[in-house]
Amino acid sequence: MENLGEANFVREMAVGKREGFNSREHLRNAELQADQRGYKDILIVDVDAHHYENQYFGEIFKYIEDPVLKHLALQRDGNPANILFNSPNNQFNAGRLLRYGGIPHEEAEGNEHPETTRSRRQRTAIGIDYQIIFPTPMLALGMHPDPQIETALSWAYTRWWTEEVLPQDNSVKSMVYLPFFDVDASIRMIKTFGEMPGVIGFMVTSTRYAAVHDNKYMRLYAMLEERGMPLGFHAAFNQQERLFEGMNRFISVHSIGFVLNTLIHATNMIINGIPERFPKLKILLIESGLAWIPFLMQRLDNEYLMRTNEAPLLKKLPSQYLAENFYYSSQPLESTNMEALELTMKMMNAKTQLLYSSDYPHWDFDLPSVIWDLPFLDDQAKRNILGLNSLEVFPKLKAEVLGKMKNA
Amino acid sequence: MQKTFIAKIEAIESGQRFLAKFSGIEIVVFGHKGQIFAYENRCLHQGGPVGEGMILGRVVSVLDSEKRLVREEFSESEDQLICPWHGWAYSLQTGECAGLRGVYLKKFEIVNEKGSVYVQSQS
Repeated sequence: MENLGEANFVREMAVGKREGFNSREHLRNAELQADQRGYKDILIVDVDAHHYENQYFGEIFKYIEDPVLKHLALQRDGNPANILFNSPNNQFNAGRLLRYGGIPHEEAEGNEHPETTRSRRQRTAIGIDYQIIFPTPMLALGMHPDPQIETALSWAYTRWWTEEVLPQDNSVKSMVYLPFFDVDASIRMIKTFGEMPGVIGFMVTSTRYAAVHDNKYMRLYAMLEERGMPLGFHAAFNQQERLFEGMNRFISVHSIGFVLNTLIHATNMIINGIPERFPKLKILLIESGLAWIPFLMQRLDNEYLMRTNEAPLLKKLPSQYLAENFYYSSQPLESTNMEALELTMKMMNAKTQLLYSSDYPHWDFDLPSVIWDLPFLDDQAKRNILGLNSLEVFPKLKAEVLGKMKNA
Repeated sequence: MQKTFIAKIEAIESGQRFLAKFSGIEIVVFGHKGQIFAYENRCLHQGGPVGEGMILGRVVSVLDSEKRLVREEFSESEDQLICPWHGWAYSLQTGECAGLRGVYLKKFEIVNEKGSVYVQSQS
């Protein structure tokens, strides 16, 4: 039996659903990890965290421009009508993940927005310096049967986010939601919000049936390449996808669903030569983990060598595009087989292409320790993945960080 | 043997959970169905505060004689302590991880002396 010595303290602990949820307290053990590992001396950029914007639809819907949609959204005696595309969802694992019950009740500090308080608390606890925050239910809007809803809501959400919340905290950044169905509306988003403080890139929700190589998108890619701003494709799942009709569990649909559209979009991008057409366009594939990358590399290379005629724009193997022209967020980092993970990171050039992401507060979030504690990465690779690679992908962030260092 | 007082048995039986910190190790002490447990308050996954989590019966599948699924139910004989960060589950009795057999939460001895509950260790 271990010699424990005298207890430093004994106290009653808060447990279960309770009043006064505090994200920093919930993540107390993360803060201990951050202290133990000395994160305060390491730049940590989290390229994919979230909020539940549906908590704030009462604030968001006033920015909807279409009067008929705005009327629809604001019905039900002041309670925002649900105009989203919904699937069955068990993110909170039937109540086992206690923060899902607590976060909606977390109170703001002083006069700041509750989102500002919440995000600062979790960032402080985890040890994150900068964080890109994305919506949650809106990630399914690419499947909405009425594409006007995506256009209207992405506009309203972005106005709320960039005007009411983002200016309160310089550590929070945004990749602005592009209503990909409507190229003109997407270009308007880029022109309107691209220069706003805190906006460092743009994002398309991956769960959609769009062909990303369609000619209509070329002027969108050209505009982003010219501006030097990255385009993220954020994965999600759609329980109502016909392929998933036989899948009865959240775990099944989530495991496959968060990779499926990423596989399709990455394949279409490569085979149709988008990286050759826009060599300076930085594409970030968000929230699909890493395990799919070696699979796609091997599949595409094998078939490409037999069918180069079907991909005439390519000047190198598909796997080389995946390892050199795409960037990846790290979460959920599949780490149950260290040998497989080490090989995956080697194949994808993780040292330069991988960017740490937490996905907090979602059910499968990752702390920086999932990178920091990897036994096969050297110190420089860890620092690159946790923060420095992000500076290469996001020039506006790089300028800000360098400016801050200069003034320090 | 060395004992450190945690709480009176009444407080633990009322459902309160207690944290004790020994040389940097945080231990959670709590009662359930007449038993008292003491585990390190650190999930083996990413270090979450496992002691804050729900206690639920293990979910079991009930099959009929032809191995068709009849229903699912919560076990009445096997409870689990579930980490509130990500949902990793552990046997309440042994601390064994539900998904990784043979891997255990660190368990500590407790002593109940005349209604006072102690965590015990070697002196």
